[in-house]
Amino acid sequence: MNTPKKEVLLKIRGLEIQGYSDETWVDIIKGVDLTLHRGEVLGLIGESGAGKSTIGAAAMGYARDGTRISAGSIEFDGMELTTASESERRALRGSRIAYVAQSAAASFNPAHKIIDQHTEAPVHYRIQKRMEAQEDAMELYERLRLPNPGEIGFRYPHQVSGGQLQRAMTAMAMSCRPDLIIFDEPTTALDVTTQIEVLAAIRDIVDQFNTAAIYITHDLAVVAQMADTIKVLLRGNEVEEAPTEEMLENPQEDYTKSLWAVRSFQRPQKSRPTDGSKPVISVKNVDAAYTGGAKVLDDVSFDIYEGMTVAVVGESGSGKSTTARVITGLLPPMKGEVLHRGEPLPPKYTDRTKDQLRQAQMIYQMADTALNPKVRISEIIGRPAQFYSGLKGAALKNRVDELLDLIELDPSKFYNRFPPELSGGQKQRIGIARALAAEPEFIICDEVTSALDQLVAEGILKLLDRLQNELNLAYMFITHDLATVRSIADEVVVMQHGRVVEHGPKDEMFKPPHHPYTDLLLSSVPEMDPNWLTTLLEERGVDNVGEAAKVG
Amino acid sequence: MGDILSLIAKRLGLGLITLLVISIIIFFMVELLPGDIAQAVLGQGATEENLAALREQMGLNKPAVVRYLEWLAGAVRLDFGSSVVTGEPVTQAIGDRFINTLFLAAYAAVIAVPFAITLGVLVALLRNTVFDRVANVTTLTAISSPEFFLGYILILFFSVRWGMFPAISSLSPGMSFGELLERTFLPALTLVLVVTAHMMRMTRAAIINLLASPYIEMARLKGTPPWRVIVKHALPNAWAPIINVVALNLAYLITGVVLVEVVFVYPGIGQALVDAVSKRDFPIVQACCLIFAATFILLNLAADVGSILTNPRLRHPK
Repeated sequence: MNTPKKEVLLKIRGLEIQGYSDETWVDIIKGVDLTLHRGEVLGLIGESGAGKSTIGAAAMGYARDGTRISAGSIEFDGMELTTASESERRALRGSRIAYVAQSAAASFNPAHKIIDQHTEAPVHYRIQKRMEAQEDAMELYERLRLPNPGEIGFRYPHQVSGGQLQRAMTAMAMSCRPDLIIFDEPTTALDVTTQIEVLAAIRDIVDQFNTAAIYITHDLAVVAQMADTIKVLLRGNEVEEAPTEEMLENPQEDYTKSLWAVRSFQRPQKSRPTDGSKPVISVKNVDAAYTGGAKVLDDVSFDIYEGMTVAVVGESGSGKSTTARVITGLLPPMKGEVLHRGEPLPPKYTDRTKDQLRQAQMIYQMADTALNPKVRISEIIGRPAQFYSGLKGAALKNRVDELLDLIELDPSKFYNRFPPELSGGQKQRIGIARALAAEPEFIICDEVTSALDQLVAEGILKLLDRLQNELNLAYMFITHDLATVRSIADEVVVMQHGRVVEHGPKDEMFKPPHHPYTDLLLSSVPEMDPNWLTTLLEERGVDNVGEAAKVG
Repeated sequence: MGDILSLIAKRLGLGLITLLVISIIIFFMVELLPGDIAQAVLGQGATEENLAALREQMGLNKPAVVRYLEWLAGAVRLDFGSSVVTGEPVTQAIGDRFINTLFLAAYAAVIAVPFAITLGVLVALLRNTVFDRVANVTTLTAISSPEFFLGYILILFFSVRWGMFPAISSLSPGMSFGELLERTFLPALTLVLVVTAHMMRMTRAAIINLLASPYIEMARLKGTPPWRVIVKHALPNAWAPIINVVALNLAYLITGVVLVEVVFVYPGIGQALVDAVSKRDFPIVQACCLIFAATFILLNLAADVGSILTNPRLRHPK
C-alpha cells in the first residue's frame, strides 16, 4: 500500500465550482486540491452536500447541468481539462476516465441490453469490433464473478439483480481499460450482504488492471477497505487528507473525529414488562401476498410491548415493509391476524375505527416524497390532529406548536413554511410530528434514517428515543442497518424470504451462536479495520462470495 | 409474451364496450333531435296519410329499442340503412368519401409524423438555440391559425401566385396516382401544418424530460456524442407519450378535416356529414358519427398497444 509514489495521473488545483440556484451562482466547491498517482485509490468522504460527486464529475472535465467550473485547473495526464474543447474532453470519457454511478438500476438504460451498453464505448472509440468487445465483456463478467457470464449481458437491466448490475457497471467502466475510474457511492443502494460481493469485485479488478480510482462514499468503514488515501470534505472545502491507516487511527480535525464518533449513541436496553400487560401490537401467524403474486410473508409472528423498540432487520425483499403494510391494514393478510392489546384489528384499514387507526402511525424513509411539497407544515401536522382529535381553531394551532416544540423545531419559524424549504433532517422531523399528531401508542419507522447523513441520522435517533421515554411509545423499527439496531433496539426480529428466522432481545442477538443468516448479516457489516474485508474474504473463502454465500 | 397478448385482448374488449356505449348515445341523440323525420322528408305540404305511410315504411312506429337493435345489427355488417333523402344505401353514399378521407389523412400522416418527430429530435438536440425558438414559433403559428385560413394562404401562393398546385382537389375516375398526389397536395400540406406542432413539441418535451435521468448522464460520461445520446438513449424511452400524441393527431386528421375539405372542395366524409346534418339525413349522420368514434377508439387502442410494446419491462419479462 505504501509503495513509492508513481507518476501523477490527475492533478486538481484550486478547483472552484458554482451551482445555479435562485437566479444566482453559488459556490459549491471552494478551492479543492487533489493529487492522484497511477494505480492509487483515493477515498473522498463527507456528508451529502459536501461536493464529493461534483468533484468526481469534475475529474472527468464534466460539469453537471446547472453547475460550472469557475476557477482552478484540472490536469489529467498532462492535459488541462478546463481549457480543452468539449470534444477533446469527451474523447477522454469512457476511454481513459470511466464512471461508476450510485444506482446501477437507474444508470443502465432500460431500453437496451446490458452488453450493448457495455460495448458502446469500445466500438465508438474503435478500440474493438463489436464481436471482440462482446467477448471481452464476457471475460470481464467472469472476472467480476457474475453468474452465467456468457449469457447475462444479453439480458435487459430489469432482468438482473441490483448487486449484479452494479458489477456489470464496473465491468462496463473497465471496457476500454481506463487509467482512472470514478466510483460514485457504488454500494450505497445495496444490502450489506450484496455490498461485500461488489466491494470485493471492485477491489480485485482495480488491482488486476492497476487502475487508479476515486472512491466516493459517505461510509467510513467502506472507504477504509477500498482506499490508499482518504480525503475528508465538508461543504465544498477540504478538511484533511491522510493515508488510510493514519486517518483511521489518528484523525486531526474535530469534524473528522465527529464523523468517527457518530455511532457512539447507545441507549440502555429495556426488557418486556413483567406485570402481565398485553403487547401493544402482536402479529400472529400472518401470511400475505400481493394480488396475483407469490406469498411474500410466511407465518410471521412477533409481539411489540409498550415503550419498547423492536427492530425488524433483513435484506430488501425479505418482507419487512410488507409486514408494516399488514399491521397498518393497507394489505389484508391471507391468513393470521394483528392484535392490539389482545383485541384483533380488522384486516382492512377501511374497516377500522378512528381509534384503531390512530394506534398505528408510520414514518417513512423518504421524507422528500412522504410530505406533500405544496402543503404548509402547519397543515401537514394539523390535519391528523384535526382528524383524530377533532381540534379546531386556536386549540389546533396550540397543538401544532406543541408538536413542533416536541420535535425541536421553532414553531414561529416553521409554522408557515413548505417542505421544500427544509433540510432532509428537518423534513424527517416533520414526518415524526405528523405521526405524533395522532397521539398513537405505536409507530412504525420504515428505514427512517437510511436516506440521511450519519450526523443527522444520529439526531433523529436521539429524538425518537427521547419521545419514546416521554410518551411511552412502542416502535417497530424497520432497517437494514445493523449499527442503528445496535444503538436503539430492545428486541430484534431477523427476517429472510418472508419468514422470521430469529427473534429475541438485542444483547442475545448480537452474541453467538446465531442463526446462519443472522451470522451472515452481522459479519457483512463493514468495520473500520482496513483489513476487515481481506480477513472476511479469507474466512469465507473466495467461493463463498457472491451467489454461493446465500444461506438457505 | 402471453402477458402482452392478454393485455391487448383486455384493451380490445374495453374498446368494444366503449364503442357499444357510444353507439347507444349516437342513436338516441339523433332520436332526441326536435322535429319529425317523416315531416322533414316529405315537406310541409304532406298529408297525414302520407306521413303515416312513410313512418310505417321507415319503421318509425316500432319502439326505439327495437329500432336501435336493428340498426346495430345492420351496422355490424356495415349496413347502415338507406339515406332518407336520396334512398341510396348509406354505405354506398359515404363509402367512397370515407376512403377519400382516409387517403387524405394517410397522405398528410406519412409526411407529418416523420417530419414532426425528426424536427422534435432536432430541437431537443439544439434546445434553447435560435433553431429551437424559430421551429417552436413557426409551428405554433401554424397551429394557432384556423385551418381554412392556412388553406387560403397556401392557395394564394401555391396556386394563384406560383401556379404549382391546383386550388381545387376535385377527383375524377381514372386519375393516375401521381396526379392524385398532386391534386391533393395542398389540403395534405394544410393538415401537415396543423398537426406538426403538437407532435414536435411532445417529442421535444418527452426527450428533454429524460435528459436528467442517471442513464443519460452515464451515456454522456461514457463519451457518447450528443446526437447519439438523444437518438440512442433518450428517444427509445420517450416513445410512450409521443405515440399517444401521434394517435390523437391521426384521429384528428380523419375526424377534424371538415373545414379543409370544404376549402379545397374535396369529396370527403366531413362534407358528407355537414350535408347530411343540414338535410336531416339521420342514417348518414349516425353512420358518420359511428365511424368517427370507431376511428378514435381504434387509434387510441393502437397507441396503448404501441406504448406497451415500447416498454422493455413488458416485452422482456423477468
